[in-house]
Amino acid sequence: MTAVAQLLPASRRPKRMTPARWGLYAFIFITALYFLLPLYVMIVTSLKPMAEIRQGNLLALPAAPSIDAWVKAWTSACTGLTCQGIKIGFFNSLRILVPSVGISILIGSLTGYALSLWRLPGANILFGAMMVVAFIPYQVFIYPLVRVFSFTGLGQSLLTIVIIHTIFGLPTMTLLFRNYFASLPVELFKAARVDGAGFYQIYALIMMPMATPMIVVAVILQTTGIWNDFILGLIFAGRDNLPMTVQLNNIVNSTQGERAYNVDMAATLLTALLPLVVYFGSGRWFVRGIAAGAVKG
Amino acid sequence: MQKSSVDIRSLQIGFGGLKVLENLDLHVGESEFLVLLGPSGCGKSTLLNAIAGLIDVKGGEIHIGGRDVTWAEPKDRGIAMVFQSYALYPRMSVRRNMSFGLKVAGTPQSEIERRVGEAAQMLRLTSLLERRPSELSGGQRQRVAIGRALVRHAGVYLFDEPLSNLDAQLRAELRVEIKRLHARLGATMIYVTHDQIEALTLADRIAVMQGGVIQQLDTPKKIYREPVNRFVASFVGSPAMNFIPGRLARGGEMVFVAGVNRLGLNGYVFRSQPTDAPVVLGIRPEHIEMTGADDQSSVPARVEMVEPMGADTLIWCRLADGTAFSFRRDADAQVRAGDALAVRFPADALSLFDEASGQRL
Repeated sequence: MTAVAQLLPASRRPKRMTPARWGLYAFIFITALYFLLPLYVMIVTSLKPMAEIRQGNLLALPAAPSIDAWVKAWTSACTGLTCQGIKIGFFNSLRILVPSVGISILIGSLTGYALSLWRLPGANILFGAMMVVAFIPYQVFIYPLVRVFSFTGLGQSLLTIVIIHTIFGLPTMTLLFRNYFASLPVELFKAARVDGAGFYQIYALIMMPMATPMIVVAVILQTTGIWNDFILGLIFAGRDNLPMTVQLNNIVNSTQGERAYNVDMAATLLTALLPLVVYFGSGRWFVRGIAAGAVKG
Repeated sequence: MQKSSVDIRSLQIGFGGLKVLENLDLHVGESEFLVLLGPSGCGKSTLLNAIAGLIDVKGGEIHIGGRDVTWAEPKDRGIAMVFQSYALYPRMSVRRNMSFGLKVAGTPQSEIERRVGEAAQMLRLTSLLERRPSELSGGQRQRVAIGRALVRHAGVYLFDEPLSNLDAQLRAELRVEIKRLHARLGATMIYVTHDQIEALTLADRIAVMQGGVIQQLDTPKKIYREPVNRFVASFVGSPAMNFIPGRLARGGEMVFVAGVNRLGLNGYVFRSQPTDAPVVLGIRPEHIEMTGADDQSSVPARVEMVEPMGADTLIWCRLADGTAFSFRRDADAQVRAGDALAVRFPADALSLFDEASGQRL
């Protein structure tokens, strides 16, 4: 038998940039521009004095950048009758945020752990009910909750808003941790039970140390969610504890005479700073949190 | 170290409407090594989990060391357990994995150290004590899991397919190690597996299970030589037992008839009165003998295929009427495909089963 050597052209590495690729890049570029342009305008405007803003060159870089507007927004902008800047709101938000995040994660992980591993009678019904409630809009609950809190005498206070955030965060946190614990090998839980560990010991000594990735995700979700909240803070926090978002609204909407665009922009950027830092600092974790089945952040 | 017996009385377990175990009785003596053997889904792991107290029972009683523990917590049953997936606590070092249970129970630190040191030495883990489970190989992880069970000084040790996640060589090594451990400690052990080699090598007694029912509970030798039904006969033994359908006839002595072939059954011990119903003859490949053609009791056969297996050779043959069977010879047997030879089926090595019920006759 004779072997016929057939000379085929050597296969080539496919061209990297096909027309479809170009289209894709163009789309991504335009989308990025669409989101970045307002941010750019905000940053340059916040660094300009009012005289320069009045000239109307929206996109121009500031002739002499100054942080005066930022200082004013932080320390002396008027939020209604008081003129102590947005820093009051910042610290209010912080005081709401820290306990709310901590408590909601603690309770959420504990319920998620109980629902996933202990197989209590009715656990699935309870979990189903929780998920249904998670998809009912906040607005439905607001009036009844206002009545409940006024009836119990808590009224509007820091404690009230922390309780509110904990309750509203519970379905998401429970779902997050339930799914995570359900994905662990159940034999680990059995081994701990044979070793004699009880409900809280298994939770604290075995399960939570393994849940570090989920805790990070939960902190990100809750931090951004609670920081960006406006309506719950406005209604339940009370006059002395209004969060930063509400204070920002007061600054922007209560100006008399000429509107201080640079101060408004600076105040807005200051308010957005914490979520921005969280997003940039934890992009990978944040995506993981969304992928982990948390639908409502 | 205390050694407990285990007594299970008419145990019932079900999930929803599904019955997994029904009226199961089982007694495991002190220091006994009992293997629960069966295919997946036969209820053997469920039974083990019930003994451990990890699933609730629907009815019946479980006694360990003479104490009714049917509703006791796993930690109060005097048991220790080893799992298929090792189930080591990933965030703890080997030392903390092994001492966790004792710490939870409030054992004094000096006693914990003594027991962990003892178990680590027994399982050659001393140099690995500060490592994390992720830094160990599969075999080492399972040794740690065994060590974690040993430090509990339990009355009964439960093994749930502990070797199934390991490769063949490690499995053989660890199997020997477990057997040595049992000989040294004399502890009561209940061991679940679907691997019949593990069952035959380790067990004092084997309980072969299918469909939630113990089919046969006996010594490995009895299970292998005298299976009570066709399921046990075909599940235990590799290469598998040969089955030849036929019927019984009485002509002076009892005779097994399959087509033109007749086989005298002188020497076979019947369990029940033989009938005319169709039967199945079972014989293990190593019990078939090669003879000269002049032997009165031999039948002619033709070799179809030869399978060398290292230590011995499996020879696939057909009888004149097409009945296929295999038998075993040592590795240097000079047999080739196409050869004609004569074989003999010794009556005392046979098993006869009723075709309809599958029960041994």
